Amino acid sequence: MQLILDHVDHVYEEGTQMARKALSDICLTIPKGQFVGIIGHTGSGKSTLIQHMNGLLKPTSGHIYFEGEDIAEKDYDRKKLRSKVGLVFQYPEHQLFEIDVFTDVCFGPKNLGLDKKEVQLRAFNALRKVGLPEDLYYQSPFDLSGGQKRRVAIAGVLAMEPEVLILDEPTAGLDPKGREEILRQIKSLQKETGMTILLVSHSMEDVAEYVDRIIVMNRGSILYDDVPRKVFQHYRELEEVGLAAPQVTYIMHALRERGLPVDADATTIREAADEICRAYGIA
Amino acid sequence: MVQKVGIIKTDDLVFEYIRRDEEGNVEGITTAVDHVSLDIAPGQFIAILGHNGSGKSTLAKHINAILNPTEGTVWVDGMDTTDESNIWEIRQRAGMVFQNPDNQIIGQVVEEDVGFGPENMGIPTREIWERVEESLRAVGMYEFRKASPNKLSGGQKQRVSIAGVLAMHPKCIVLDEPTAMLDPNGRKEVIRAVRGLNDVEGVTVILITHYMEEIIHADKVFVMDKGKVAMEGTPREIFSQVERLKELRLDVPQVTLLAYELQKRGMDLPNGILTVEELVEALEKQTKNGRN
Repeated sequence: MQLILDHVDHVYEEGTQMARKALSDICLTIPKGQFVGIIGHTGSGKSTLIQHMNGLLKPTSGHIYFEGEDIAEKDYDRKKLRSKVGLVFQYPEHQLFEIDVFTDVCFGPKNLGLDKKEVQLRAFNALRKVGLPEDLYYQSPFDLSGGQKRRVAIAGVLAMEPEVLILDEPTAGLDPKGREEILRQIKSLQKETGMTILLVSHSMEDVAEYVDRIIVMNRGSILYDDVPRKVFQHYRELEEVGLAAPQVTYIMHALRERGLPVDADATTIREAADEICRAYGIA
Repeated sequence: MVQKVGIIKTDDLVFEYIRRDEEGNVEGITTAVDHVSLDIAPGQFIAILGHNGSGKSTLAKHINAILNPTEGTVWVDGMDTTDESNIWEIRQRAGMVFQNPDNQIIGQVVEEDVGFGPENMGIPTREIWERVEESLRAVGMYEFRKASPNKLSGGQKQRVSIAGVLAMHPKCIVLDEPTAMLDPNGRKEVIRAVRGLNDVEGVTVILITHYMEEIIHADKVFVMDKGKVAMEGTPREIFSQVERLKELRLDVPQVTLLAYELQKRGMDLPNGILTVEELVEALEKQTKNGRN
């Protein structure tokens, strides 16, 4: 297992009157190359959880192992950890600052102390991976559109060549096509490079479409941890914790209640269309 | 006969962003809004769709005089937005709610935050409290009136922002992607509150969003592209054109897309299905026809 969280608790402002528990007994194992979705309402502990995975926050109790090593050990190289576990924050384009796109993407690998040629090669590869047109490489990042800026920011993290990529709502505020483009590129990164992806999202439809596994957070604990079609079977429980299922799941349940013999587990448009056609005997 | 006057009217509105280099020389001109003419009747629920950079936010900023037209005219409740003397009156009549709730809340206590607008308008104290109460009730946040805003969820904060605008007794509210940062429940809460304002209080609503499901109840939808109005119609008319919307980098609600996919596979369904209920009914008819 690449990443193991073993009975992790986190208490903010421990020992003060303001103390509040943000994570409670989290046990997770994440194998290499998996695409994991993390969902939960605002304040459920998603962000606290992902900040533990690259050592930005330390567990109050419990242990986190990355590739077999405890990241809280005194002699553990946390700088190296942060280059291996890349974290893309919400609205990462607010962190762009350099004079042009290419220089901005070079910032991360340059700080790793790599030589200039290697830095530039990595920046170039990263920009290609996010699908940014080449004529934009030497433009000011501030002249780009919202979706383009977002991709430059993601390239900045990819240029560190992480083994695990964590993205906190990478599609917030983008138009539907922009959302699809970014998620498709992340999916193809996972497929082509075998990178492990953790995606925090508020869009149940996106999660259903792209991930292999969903972790549902509620009040600092894991409520469900399973494949999308199993997790979304609990749509009533999900609603109680401020979430929902994709709209197609509701359609399938409504059809079933009206007596149409469909399997109600479909979570994507394609699955739903296949299932309805099957029930109607359309090839 | 008295002609009904639009609450928001734009006539051939053009807005150009001028980009300058360090010396202040003009580098280029971007036309963000390109000859847009709109006439919005009081009490309507209007949705504006469009991809990032299509000009929808620039258009919205003209409605409460944050931006002034390069060409053309904008009237809010009959007042020309370029007339400086109208500005405060316009901003009170057409309130605005933005994407990030954290940038819009200033008060330490919810009710104090909501009272800020009317207080600035010089409303007598007793009336301010009345307005704060009715506004918070309208968005379902009255029980949180003594809470600290930073203890609230995103959806709750956004409803407090809406109450803050409502307390100024606007005739029109413009919401620029108010749900972009919210979880599913927060989105639902905000949209329910906005629909309530429109249905119950009769406030004209202009909602800008990237979530197609949020606007199926709108009276009218405008789709922007390259600064122009590319499509306009009822949600059903707009969402019937799946391919055209995809060309414009947009989408349709999942239920509409599923119905479209089933049509392509040979099922006989009506165009522009908008709700789960409509699709279930249309499929039930299929079952009956199939059995006959």
